[in-house]
Amino acid sequence: MPTPKEVLVDPIFDNNPIALQVLGVCSALAVTVNMSTTLVMCVAVIFVTTMSNVAVSIVRNQVPTNIRIIVQMTIIASLVIVVDQVLQAVAYDISKSLSVFVGLIITNCIVMGRAEAFAMQNGPYLSALDGFGNALGYSVILIGVALVREPLGNGTLLGFEILPRVTDGGWYYTNGLLLLSPSAFFIIGLFIWAIRSWKTDQVEEVEYEIAANVQYTEAM
Amino acid sequence: MEHYLGIFIRTVFIENMALTFFLGMCTFIAISKKISTAIGLGVAVIVVLGITVPVNNLIYNYLLREGALAWAGLPDVDLSFLGYLSYIGVIAAMVQILEMFLDRFVPFLYNALGVFLPLITVNCAILGASLFMVEQDQTFAESVVFGLGAGVGWALAIAVLAGVREKLKYSDVPEGLRGLGITFISVGLISLCFMSFGGIDI
Repeated sequence: MPTPKEVLVDPIFDNNPIALQVLGVCSALAVTVNMSTTLVMCVAVIFVTTMSNVAVSIVRNQVPTNIRIIVQMTIIASLVIVVDQVLQAVAYDISKSLSVFVGLIITNCIVMGRAEAFAMQNGPYLSALDGFGNALGYSVILIGVALVREPLGNGTLLGFEILPRVTDGGWYYTNGLLLLSPSAFFIIGLFIWAIRSWKTDQVEEVEYEIAANVQYTEAM
Repeated sequence: MEHYLGIFIRTVFIENMALTFFLGMCTFIAISKKISTAIGLGVAVIVVLGITVPVNNLIYNYLLREGALAWAGLPDVDLSFLGYLSYIGVIAAMVQILEMFLDRFVPFLYNALGVFLPLITVNCAILGASLFMVEQDQTFAESVVFGLGAGVGWALAIAVLAGVREKLKYSDVPEGLRGLGITFISVGLISLCFMSFGGIDI
């Protein structure tokens, strides 16, 4: 039985949903161009993951196994509708710039994955912590990517200028590549490299190895 | 006709679901180790997208959007907030029906796609395409072309990535980058290549 602290802290670096479990990558890449949308997205995901884990965990003993996916989907979709309606009412601009990605929290694999892998077996309290921890691990990566992309790509952070741009009479030439979608892949790839150099037990096995001292002709 | 061809080309190359919008990334990265499985999954995605996007278009236009229920005598009802729930319900149901249909009538396709069909329900590309369809306010005919185009684009992207990864496993990659890390970087490079289509104006 895992302790509450392990459940909460493990997913942040040791078992990160994006860097190790490969869950929830889609939205991680698309919303990180600037910090404010990233933060809103993180809050939304934290809310949905925690609440859906609690709800799934409460009904887990009543739901027959063969319809559990539909039940989970309904719970998650209802929570996302709540988030979407609140966002449209409170922060309309941000909800516009997030466009379809709020809706896509439904199919964000973190929510579904944690409901299926953890909440179905554990009580509501632990499930809430697990959902919160995993969403936090997701947020750490997202905020990290946004921290690289917004200042270097646009010279700003949360809309405030921190690197004065050449176009405004400063010295910083903005790096347009970081505003484009592929840069997010590179940054996450490098993050994974950094995390795995630190936590070496996450390094994957090699599938093929070149034998030492083999002549080219022998290798053929 | 030209209009529809334009939509098709745009969704396949310029607005590629996987490489421009990052949709369906989890499956995209998890199931791209072998070309044959990648193509199987790609075909399944084309089929499911080709069905669900038009169906969701009908549901949105005739049941959910503001004033859509006028035919039932309820012109003031706006059910668009129920969108997410309906789309995901349609997708889950469609995948289930398709699975049963293929099992009964086209067993060879069922055997080829079998494992991938259930996975597709939680593929963001499927739900994403439906949401884009709503956002762009497409007509029924447009949504058919858009659904198919999005599927073909996604299938193309995963086939390309699988091709790269099949070669990549023979290369000597730095330790921490092995596996997932290098895959991300390759996807980034492929996505950069696809951006060159962005200059095409249709």
